[in-house]
Amino acid sequence: MSLSTLTARQAHAQSVRKRSTTIAIISTTVVALLIYLLVPLAPGWPAVKKSFFNAEIFIKSFPTLLEAFLLDVMIFLWCAPLIAILGLVIALCRDARSPALYPLRLFGAIYTDVFRGVPVILIVYLIGFGVPGLGLSRPWNSPYIWGSLALILTYSAYVAEIFRSGIESIHSSQRAAAASLGLSPSDTMRFVVLPQAIRRVVPANMNMFIALQKDVALLSFIGPVEILRQAGVYKSLYANFTPYVVAAVIFLIITIPATRLADHLMSKQRRERS
Amino acid sequence: MFLKSSISIASVCLSLLVSSNMAFAAGECATGKTMKDGVLTIATGNPSYFPWVIDNKPADGKGFEAAVAYEVATRMGFDKDKVEWTTASFDESIQPGEKNFDFNLQQFSITEGREKVVDFSVPYYSAAMAVLVRKPTQEKGAKAELDSLKGLIWGADASTTAVPMLKKLIDPSEKPLLYNDNNDVVAAMKANQIDAALFDLPTAMYLGAAVLDDGVVLGQFPANRSENPDQFGMLMSEGNPLKKCIDEALVAMKADGKLASIEADWLQQTTGVPIIK
Repeated sequence: MSLSTLTARQAHAQSVRKRSTTIAIISTTVVALLIYLLVPLAPGWPAVKKSFFNAEIFIKSFPTLLEAFLLDVMIFLWCAPLIAILGLVIALCRDARSPALYPLRLFGAIYTDVFRGVPVILIVYLIGFGVPGLGLSRPWNSPYIWGSLALILTYSAYVAEIFRSGIESIHSSQRAAAASLGLSPSDTMRFVVLPQAIRRVVPANMNMFIALQKDVALLSFIGPVEILRQAGVYKSLYANFTPYVVAAVIFLIITIPATRLADHLMSKQRRERS
Repeated sequence: MFLKSSISIASVCLSLLVSSNMAFAAGECATGKTMKDGVLTIATGNPSYFPWVIDNKPADGKGFEAAVAYEVATRMGFDKDKVEWTTASFDESIQPGEKNFDFNLQQFSITEGREKVVDFSVPYYSAAMAVLVRKPTQEKGAKAELDSLKGLIWGADASTTAVPMLKKLIDPSEKPLLYNDNNDVVAAMKANQIDAALFDLPTAMYLGAAVLDDGVVLGQFPANRSENPDQFGMLMSEGNPLKKCIDEALVAMKADGKLASIEADWLQQTTGVPIIK
């Protein structure tokens, strides 16, 4: 069979694909056109456009907001590794099987319950203002340190649960095989279970880190002027909500590639497994 | 006899006409221009702070802004039982849809940028801006001089005009930290994360005396300063016909001294605060 001619089945499959693509493109264009034509017909549209999509204010506020976003990125970069490490530690605590280590199991359970149950912003306030209020001297009372700690404590609870689900999903035959090879429980964990578990939950963890990128903005409540706070300052000065739209656009520039990467990893994993 | 009675009838009719004219004149301006017919809906903050409103109860009429609002309402022909209070934040006041108030007063400063989106009445108060610090900061050598102030770590309420004022008047060497409201600024001061904060003078005096144990109002930028003056106005939706009536009432209050007497009633004497050089 030569490469240039297709079999009847292949030709049919190709034509079906082409037709589906054409229908999809037409349908998407129609929806986009409807939105573009019908939304401005709403009576309040000029006022909403002036208030949320004001081009002049968009351009004025973009540079400063981009600069403020760098602070968000920095906070994210120093929080994310610590969250990953602490999350793994808490997951291992919850997985402690020896009866002597029961207090660790209890600690892990209480930790994940408390920090997943309380809203992040409350923890940011309690730790960000409360701990420095105990009388720490500068620079140890900085809101950056304690706010980041609040984020780290909260997010590691979620990440710990993800790691724990990964560890528990490794079939017990793996542990049995490791035991039959003479590996101790800690070696089993280190060489057999964890490598598989961590790889298995990478997509779920990526979800948490995308959420973290946005929750970093909560640190603005205790002082740091990052993008959300700067957008609020502009909103107050110009009496206009466009700076928030600018902040949303800047966030999307980062989170959309991250989301696509997570999707790619998940589909790669699905292909490997099946 | 006939002449006497006709003169008396005529004079009664005339006096009735004149008095009803005056009654109409008092309420005439605002009829039909309010959100709800016959009722004036005023919005303020949630919560509203001392000394602008006492005890978060604007309906009692206690507090500078509550008193000014009731006086304006009376001059427009709405007595106390025809005034309804609601709450609306700054964000709710600038959003493009329908507003749920006739006017909103909560220490809103009149700025050019805001004037493009909403309407302000003529100013009812000119605010001096004051620097609030804690005693330890003053003991470490902070003075009411610009050079000394530049070196402090500053904080402010992010949604107020204190932010541009910090930049233009003081220009601190370290970037200021910004907070959601005055209580958070005070919390940061108590946690020693910031040295100083900028508020309008009455708020600074209240926070320094009642909320912070060791608060000190270090100095003020007086109300009649030429750079970045801060004047409070009542906020209304753009093009609101009620603005004319409110402005008339406020101008009359300024002319006959009523506004000054309300200010003397509710806002403390602030002569002791040094002016920043």
